[in-house]
Amino acid sequence: MEEETHTDAKIRAENGTGSSPRGPGRSLRHFACEQNLLSRPDGSASFLQGDTSVLAGVYGPAEVKVSKEIFNKATLEVILRPKIGLPGVAEKSRERLIRNTCEAVVLGTLHPRTSITVVPQVVSDAGSLLACCLNAACMALVDAGVPMRALFCGVACALDSDGTLVLDPTSKQEKEARAVLTFALDSVERKLLMSSTKGLYSDTELQQYLAAAQAASRHVFRFYRESLQRRYSKS
Amino acid sequence: MAAGFKTVEPLEYYRRFLKENCRPDGRELGEFRTTTVNIGSISTADGSALVKLGNTTVICGVKAEFAAPSTDAPDKGYVVPNVDLPPLCSSRFRSGPPGEEAQVASQFIADVIENSQIIQKEDLCISPGKLVWVLYCDLICLDYDGNILDACTFALLAALKNVQLPEVTINEETALAEVNLKKKSYLNIRTHPVATSFAVFDDTLLIVDPTGEEEHLATGTLTIVMDEEGKLCCLHKPETGTSFSFF
Repeated sequence: MEEETHTDAKIRAENGTGSSPRGPGRSLRHFACEQNLLSRPDGSASFLQGDTSVLAGVYGPAEVKVSKEIFNKATLEVILRPKIGLPGVAEKSRERLIRNTCEAVVLGTLHPRTSITVVPQVVSDAGSLLACCLNAACMALVDAGVPMRALFCGVACALDSDGTLVLDPTSKQEKEARAVLTFALDSVERKLLMSSTKGLYSDTELQQYLAAAQAASRHVFRFYRESLQRRYSKS
Repeated sequence: MAAGFKTVEPLEYYRRFLKENCRPDGRELGEFRTTTVNIGSISTADGSALVKLGNTTVICGVKAEFAAPSTDAPDKGYVVPNVDLPPLCSSRFRSGPPGEEAQVASQFIADVIENSQIIQKEDLCISPGKLVWVLYCDLICLDYDGNILDACTFALLAALKNVQLPEVTINEETALAEVNLKKKSYLNIRTHPVATSFAVFDDTLLIVDPTGEEEHLATGTLTIVMDEEGKLCCLHKPETGTSFSFF
């Protein structure tokens, strides 16, 4: 009774902000999403962005340890497993970012004294890893049926040395970039939920990137919608 | 009576102050707490600084040691930060391996060092491919009253400015390093990043330099690190709570 839905989409981002030349880097890479592929977790999703792939599983609402129990809402936990090696300090930092994004959208007050665990596993890393983890986490939470007040998506952008913006950078573009910014945006009003940046940039550049990320997030949300429509229209 | 109200309804109590555009400790919404810096207090360290932001106290000690560089970066030294939040500073921390908050803070400081290029790693090279300096920066929080990231960044910067490295020459015959402790030089600090943390209340109000209580009551926090040229090195918006429109 397993349903597997596999949806692909090639998305080109439109943009109307700024005046920098639009290069081929303005488009998002090929997306694919597969839901409900694992039997044990309550929800699971695999999200592919180009060659970057993350598989996320969600358990919850489930029993929580008394020490971690919160009396009026669900305890959200994120365990990020890297592709190779043991999780280190960088993973802890990313877990905190993903957890706080999820906590902002999940309606934890509907399930007090329970735990919701999100476990993203990195399958392959070819750039924009944090954004891909966020997308996989969101799809997995939807698959698990966890009540949320909005969906969220992750968009990464890189600023290369001559100032052009590249959305959804590959690992080569990230390495050569002057700055790499990852934003988590919500689906209702495209507001900023989380941001994590690396490198030097000015505040006007930040506003530009945020606007570009908001424009790109429209496509990601449309992809979510199509993917879920296709899944539920079969049954 | 006010103390009773504060215990029962801490958020409401706080909102009463915010309506008047001030905070319980008498500060304005955009005012920092009294900042004190004490440089060079640890004589056994190569550089040290103690920073107090109100009650939040962080001490940073820097020790320099030798290391072999990695093969893919033979002329680059290392700067290894570590933030420790011991049970001494707050009742919420237990003894044992570093908790999540300490690890996140360590990663944050590592990112600030990397992004803002405080030190050019090439400056830490003694002999390319053979010997480089590694600076172990240990930040220990002595008193946790909110805004730990700002205090850590400040302590790190002050301690690095205080570091004096002795001159090292490689003896060609014995291929050993000879350290001349009498000749010391300061590090070349290229930029001075400053971290500013904000707490968000009710999606509309931004208050600067939150205390421990304010951080707990806030819907979210945000930390921005800028250098002198006004370039941002880090925009850390990790905290939970509702989203808000930026700028």
